Amino acid sequence: MKNRKLLLENVHIPGIETYDVYRKNGGYRSVEKALKSLTPDEVVEEVKKSGLRGRGGAGFPTGMKWSFLAKPEGIPRYLVCNADESEPGTFKDRYLMEKIPHLLVEGMITASYALGANTSYIYIRGEFMYILHILEKAIAEAYDNGFLGKNILGKGYDLDLFVVPGGGAYICGEETALLESLEGKRGNPRIKPPFPAVKGLWGAPTVVNNVETIAAVVPIVNDGGEAYAAIGIGRSTGTKLISACGNLVKPGVYEIDLGLSVEEFIYGDDYCQGIKNNKKLKACVPGGSSVPILPHYLVTKTANGDDRLMSYESLAEGAFASGSMLGSGGFIVFDEDQCIVRNTWNFTRFYAHESCGQCSPCREGTGWMEKVLYRLETGNGNLRDIDLLAEINKKIEGNTICPLGDAAAWPVAAAIRHFRDEFEWHVSHKEEAIKRNYGLSKEPMLA
Amino acid sequence: MPNMKRENNIAQTAAEFNGFSKETIAKFNEIKNHFPTGKEKSAIIRMLHLAQTEVGWLSTEAMDAVATFLNIQTIEVYEVATFYTMFHVNPVGKHVFEVCRTGPCMLVGSDQIIDYISEKLNIKVGETTADGEFTLKTVECLGACGYAPVLQCKYKFHENLTKDKVDELIEAYRSGIIEN
Ligand SMILES: Cc1cc2nc3c(=O)[nH]c(=O)nc-3n(C[C@H](O)[C@H](O)[C@H](O)COP(=O)(O)O)c2cc1C
Ligand code: SF4
Ligand code: FES
Repeated sequence: MKNRKLLLENVHIPGIETYDVYRKNGGYRSVEKALKSLTPDEVVEEVKKSGLRGRGGAGFPTGMKWSFLAKPEGIPRYLVCNADESEPGTFKDRYLMEKIPHLLVEGMITASYALGANTSYIYIRGEFMYILHILEKAIAEAYDNGFLGKNILGKGYDLDLFVVPGGGAYICGEETALLESLEGKRGNPRIKPPFPAVKGLWGAPTVVNNVETIAAVVPIVNDGGEAYAAIGIGRSTGTKLISACGNLVKPGVYEIDLGLSVEEFIYGDDYCQGIKNNKKLKACVPGGSSVPILPHYLVTKTANGDDRLMSYESLAEGAFASGSMLGSGGFIVFDEDQCIVRNTWNFTRFYAHESCGQCSPCREGTGWMEKVLYRLETGNGNLRDIDLLAEINKKIEGNTICPLGDAAAWPVAAAIRHFRDEFEWHVSHKEEAIKRNYGLSKEPMLA
Repeated sequence: MPNMKRENNIAQTAAEFNGFSKETIAKFNEIKNHFPTGKEKSAIIRMLHLAQTEVGWLSTEAMDAVATFLNIQTIEVYEVATFYTMFHVNPVGKHVFEVCRTGPCMLVGSDQIIDYISEKLNIKVGETTADGEFTLKTVECLGACGYAPVLQCKYKFHENLTKDKVDELIEAYRSGIIEN
């Protein structure tokens, strides 16, 4: 399959981060087209036709989300771009913003026009401060060239665009925590409803979209929603940025047509080129740390023996029993030497560290699971601990304000489901478990 | 609130806080304008970044000055500063190495890198060298997992770390070849 590149086609052109080069290569056409020949609703219509689904992790149809935006008279509306990118395994937005910042700026303008927003924000994780400066430079160039500010292209549409940094907190990727943070507060998620589409930033109707989602609006408006929908497979339309990491020959960011086979993605010459050091594949977490892990025999094939494809549906095939999720596209690959118990402990420590602490099941549950997993990993656990993890899991799942609780619980459940023998081995081979420790740190660090 | 006491045993952090430089104040004013009237509190996180860059860490005096500037209660600044992990509410060394310890980095050896830096600087994670030059911290995923192992020092990413690269980095920071 020949892959089309809709977002990263031009990243290798020297100077593409500047307005002049970007513009010469067709940049800002979507703004011209939208403002000159389409009404805001017609832009929303194109996005609906495209079948674009949110690229931040949940995969919610973008056009539908946009049409839910409340439009009360006399109250401003906001578009907020989620550039928090903190889900372990995910580093695609950083790549896009660093290499081709004007694509995001252009997408923000076109999308803001569609939503009727006159002020929009890009919320970026604080660690990406250098990218904040790259974006601000691009924004300043867009102002200078009449694509931002008052009366854009003489069409009577005004838009201001700002970048706001976070301060280091995974939870601020969750949209309501992001809005709290953007209001200058601690990133504690809000109870939903009300949803941001009704009450978002400063209580006004707000759309929160991922960087890649907003960038995809550019080719959708340029070429039409139908052309976009023609790429991909089934309800997984268009292209997707996949950030591949772990024990791969060629980790990095790839733009694929949705529907590419997982086999081709891991082993193909145009992609990751297989497992490093000629090792065997042991497992894969295909969509960021929050999605279930797949053992090697379920990575390239589904439980039915079909080829597993890089699409929302195919990666989820088999549901919790034998599937996973496309998530954010953070594709993490484990070779045969990796310890699943240690990795599960590591990820759980991550969630325990990042829990905002508002709800007891999440705050206490993640910390408790972490302790139990630490015990197991360091050869001090017993068989009862494995069931205990499952019990804690059930107490967290569905009992929290935001989905971080579930995101912490599900990976543990999946690891035990597929690798129970490895957990048991840590109990039955205490000495070896301690010694093995996979040549890693002598003293694993607690949260 | 986590340990807000000031231990001025580290030379560089003992410096008296005399308010922010003209440039920082100008930047504060600019950032405030990114938000509608009455919503200026939204500028707080970026201001704290600027304050920390200027002072080296977020001393209580620096945070209080931000509160005054935004015309909000000091507690509103403390609660934000202590929520976000990038802010150092205790004194730190001149160069803070924040090494990613999360799964994807661990798969390719971040634990060994952390141990190596720790041995080389003769400090544990969380500690500062006696000369006040380096602090070693571990952090969660930095969003650079494909270029792991990774560390960040004052907004700069150092990627694909090896022991040799760590040697070079420490040398470069110590001698001032890499500027903050
Ligand atoms: C704990 C948590 C962390 C999240 N982190 C991110 C993130 O870093 N980036 C992102 O775009 N979405 C993240 N999301 C999803 C957002 O809440 C939201 O669904 C998304 O930004 C919507 O954009 P989309 O529809 O374009 O995908 C996170 C969700 C949760 C629950
Ligand atoms: S689930 Fe966890 S992160 Fe989410 S609101 Fe509750 S405590 Fe905070
Ligand atoms: S896990 Fe280290 S940068 Fe993502």
